[in-house]
Amino acid sequence: MADKTATTPQVNETVKVKEKSKATDWVKFVALIIVACVVVAPIILVIMNSFKGKLFVSSDPFAFPTAESFVGLNNYINGIEKIDFFNAFGVSLFITVFSVLVIILCTSMCAWFIVRVKAWYTKALYLLCAFSMIVPFQMVMFPMSQIANILHLDNMFGIIFIYLGFGAGLAVFLFTGFIKSVPLEIEEAAMIDGCGPMRTFFLIVMPILKPTAITVAILQAMWIWNDYLLPTLILGDTKTLPMAIQYLRGGYGSVDMAAMMAMLVLAIIPIIVFYLCCQKYIIKGVVAGAVKG
Amino acid sequence: MQRAMKKWSPILVLPTLAAFMIAFIIPFITGIYLSFTKFTTVNNAKWVGVSNYIKAFSNDDFINALWFTVKFTVVSVITINVLAFLLALLLTKAIKGTNLFRTTFFMPNLIGGIVLGYIWLMIINGVLQYFGATITTDATYGFWGLVVLMNWQLVGYMMIIYIAGIQNVSPDLLEAADIDGASSWQKLTKITLPQVMPSITICTFLTLTNSFKLFDQNLALTAGAPGKQTQMMALDIYNTFYGRVGWQGVGQAKAVIFFVIVAAIALTQLYFTRSKEVES
Repeated sequence: MADKTATTPQVNETVKVKEKSKATDWVKFVALIIVACVVVAPIILVIMNSFKGKLFVSSDPFAFPTAESFVGLNNYINGIEKIDFFNAFGVSLFITVFSVLVIILCTSMCAWFIVRVKAWYTKALYLLCAFSMIVPFQMVMFPMSQIANILHLDNMFGIIFIYLGFGAGLAVFLFTGFIKSVPLEIEEAAMIDGCGPMRTFFLIVMPILKPTAITVAILQAMWIWNDYLLPTLILGDTKTLPMAIQYLRGGYGSVDMAAMMAMLVLAIIPIIVFYLCCQKYIIKGVVAGAVKG
Repeated sequence: MQRAMKKWSPILVLPTLAAFMIAFIIPFITGIYLSFTKFTTVNNAKWVGVSNYIKAFSNDDFINALWFTVKFTVVSVITINVLAFLLALLLTKAIKGTNLFRTTFFMPNLIGGIVLGYIWLMIINGVLQYFGATITTDATYGFWGLVVLMNWQLVGYMMIIYIAGIQNVSPDLLEAADIDGASSWQKLTKITLPQVMPSITICTFLTLTNSFKLFDQNLALTAGAPGKQTQMMALDIYNTFYGRVGWQGVGQAKAVIFFVIVAAIALTQLYFTRSKEVES
């Protein structure tokens, strides 16, 4: 009997604690829902406004499109014409895809060389790459754009070479970090069996590097796709997507906000689709890049 | 093996090396040299000593941009990290839909600076018009607009890094603390926080450098208006180069100063990371 009276209050208490934690769980859940709404709301607003007339975008941006303010696809048609959207999209896609491929191929070979060939100059190159990551773009922007002009790199193909140079810092840094942990024996065995360095690289090293290559590819793709200043300085008249969007801002700050909203929607959709398709890789890649870099 | 690899160095190293030289090393060295000269293109530079630096430091726009950038960086580093850490704490407790929340919160980070700037220009102007103002009416609006934008972009990203850190906290320690009767506040400050120190260092570093070097968002949201009051350092340097004839040398001097500040921040941060690594 004495035992029973002693235990019942305790049981009651644990039940209460459980109930309490359930209640706080609900509070937390609601808080998260609210934050999620705050995160998503701006994008919904942009989509909503992309279907409204110019005046309504600035006078009442938080209202749903009504019969009066709805303009159908006019903003889209207007915007696409004004900034030659599909051309800009193609230019951006071309530059991003080929820059990323070139960066992955060249910097992984370079990083392999840096790790496996022990010499003062490989060490120096590695340190310079690490150093380049902390240098702000403004420091080199003017001389770089002039040199690109002199060497005729100021076009869609030349800019890929420039991106290789700018992307080298982070890419070499991440690749060397990984290759250092790969045992040398496999490569040596391959070489003794008669594989040349190139075959060893493509058959043995490259497959091992795959996870890091995905990380590098995602980080570089995000950067190049969204980059505004470098292509503005190098390309001039050929416009990438961010350049085309910035171009909608006329002289002295006047912006056609309706066409702008439509173009923002078109610019965001591919990013979100890409993100939803490979969000696991993207989140992992970005975190890996941040933690090592 | 090294011998064989060296033979192939023209293919293995040369492309990256050449691009790195042309895009970074040569412009970097030229840039330092040009900051001591007067020029309009790289071919007509004339040595003028430190006068560019004197002009830069006595340039009101530059000093204003420096302070604006520092204030913005301090405010956004604190707000972003606090919010991100709180969200990470919420999401590491077993709650339904954790993954969905993570995916949603991270998404804004993928959107580019120019696009972000115009999204928030629409929203902020939409709110301010109820008070008869726009974002360019007052520099304060521009300042807080940039802070809100930066939070929206980076909180989710930092949150993911904090989550990884919190998940690494050893459950044994927390259990031991439970047995000893520690409150959740004590557990947070005495166990979780010290253990996620590496994540805090990384996140502070990323938010610090990203805020300090901000350009696209600044250009799209306010472009420095009203006047040049909301112009940050990167934008001020750009405008000095391309907006003012004969001031390219001063622009380059400003860029060198900017580089020195960013490098100093980065190295200080690195030093702290190292000292933390020794401790643990």
